[in-house]
Amino acid sequence: MFKIVVPIKQVALLDDEFELEPGASEVDPDWIDRELNDWDTFAVEAAVTFKEEKGDCEVVVITVGDEDSEEALVDCLARGADRAIRIPSDDLPPDPLAVAAALAAAIRPEEPSLVLCGVQSSDAASSATGVALSGYLDLPRVAVVRAIELDPAGGKAKVVRELEDGLLEDVSVSLPSLLTVQTGANEPRYATLRAIKQAADKPLATVAAEELGTDTAALAAQAGATVSQLANRPKGEGAEMLSGDSDEVAAALIEILKERAGVANGGGS
Amino acid sequence: MSGVLVVAEHRQGEVRPITYELITAALKLKEDGAGPVAVLVVGGDDSVAGAVGPSGVDAVVTIDSPTAEFEPHLTERAVAAAIEARQPAVVLTGHTVDGFGFAPAVAAANDFGFASNIVAVEANDELTAKRGVYGDRLLAELSFERTPAVLMVRPGASQPADPGGEAPVESLDADLGQSPSEHLAYRSLREGDDEVDITQSEFLLSIGRGIGDEENVERFQELAEKLGATLTASRPLVDAGWLPPARQVGQSGRTVKPKVYLALGISGAIQHLAGIRDAETVIAVNTDPAAPIFDVADYGASLDVHDLAEALEARL
Repeated sequence: MFKIVVPIKQVALLDDEFELEPGASEVDPDWIDRELNDWDTFAVEAAVTFKEEKGDCEVVVITVGDEDSEEALVDCLARGADRAIRIPSDDLPPDPLAVAAALAAAIRPEEPSLVLCGVQSSDAASSATGVALSGYLDLPRVAVVRAIELDPAGGKAKVVRELEDGLLEDVSVSLPSLLTVQTGANEPRYATLRAIKQAADKPLATVAAEELGTDTAALAAQAGATVSQLANRPKGEGAEMLSGDSDEVAAALIEILKERAGVANGGGS
Repeated sequence: MSGVLVVAEHRQGEVRPITYELITAALKLKEDGAGPVAVLVVGGDDSVAGAVGPSGVDAVVTIDSPTAEFEPHLTERAVAAAIEARQPAVVLTGHTVDGFGFAPAVAAANDFGFASNIVAVEANDELTAKRGVYGDRLLAELSFERTPAVLMVRPGASQPADPGGEAPVESLDADLGQSPSEHLAYRSLREGDDEVDITQSEFLLSIGRGIGDEENVERFQELAEKLGATLTASRPLVDAGWLPPARQVGQSGRTVKPKVYLALGISGAIQHLAGIRDAETVIAVNTDPAAPIFDVADYGASLDVHDLAEALEARL
């Protein structure tokens, strides 16, 4: 059977009112809202679409996270994944290499035919966990793909890489391999309430590092860097804010456009 | 271990701009006392190696590759071979699409230090770097226990160095082996799109998620026409199919340089901001006053874009 493993992440969104405490190296969880990473929804959709079209395929979603992140796994199960695995993130730093090492320990025994990751997570934007995982698993990989054509019988996939400046590259890669999927690759479905209810019956296993032949300390030691401190992003000079209601702002805006963009009096029409 | 190794990026025979930004960052580390700077060129013809050794660079190291174009696995092995040969303390690569394909794997497979999305790097007493976290609202200051540290540096973090060929070019023998992937062809994302070239327009009205639904695109198209602007968009709207790829501004779309960039309902993801760095005047309107777009904008207003559109329509 063709097996697709999709590592996912429940990302952290900072509350608008958040203020950083001086010297802090992490954010108090009270300030964080969470959701399934946008990029991962495209990876899950690609896996589930392949399963629906070809059959004889299992889709396994996996995350490194706390208990709350099971919500994101259930979301993926409701979108059509078959089973889910959570590796508890207690004492594991949010570092792409440490997380990839934990994922690798759980994915290796699964012997996947294909691993699909999102290109990046919206919070950390490392663009690194997936390709680091391919390094640990010694799998070929292609980063930033927006189209996938699988040929399991031929042992390869034809993919389209999205480069900078609107350039695309067609690439052929041998299977098994790992691909990182870009947004826009497909149209991710939403989980219906009924599907979410049904997803509760699908298998969701919590697997500790020790059950995978390693331990949290060893995985944490894989971290590529140590966060010594968090700081507010330095602001540039910042924008001159136009005040007033929408009509006053519109009037000010038209004056700026006349001066800077040569917009004629009353507009270009 | 000492010194800095820069991994040059090239495509279709051209040196990518990130390479010169990485050279600037490396030369600054050299000033800090990090040791000599070497620039690694994997594959590519002599013109690439001849352009990435400006004054201050100590060596350009070339490794022959069986493929003319970038191949992530061969690059991974070449970088590992160059690290083995030169024993640098720091390796700088681009936080770019090619960089994504090999740099994290080099670090993972060899237990190196690693960080990506880097905006600043220093080597005063010890190596430290800063990266964006929480959607770029915060910066994390990083230290490294393992050497070398492989750092993926974001485009725009440094000014580009001038191209140059002063540094000696050394060739390094490395058996890169077979590649499990194969380059087939390049194509343009914009093939078959409408003819508009948004890089030529002096006034862009650009829309993002903040406009709400697809049926609102028409309103802003009409507003753009009335103002004499060209309508462009951020990535999510193009991903959703509301506008064609030819109108996408940002790293994966077009880099634009208009006199005025009017951003409506765009929060300003880094990939988007990378595409408007050369705009003369940026005006941003967004309901969220903390949106990153306001950091780069010259003028801003914290308003609902539909309220503003209505007020503008009344005046035009």
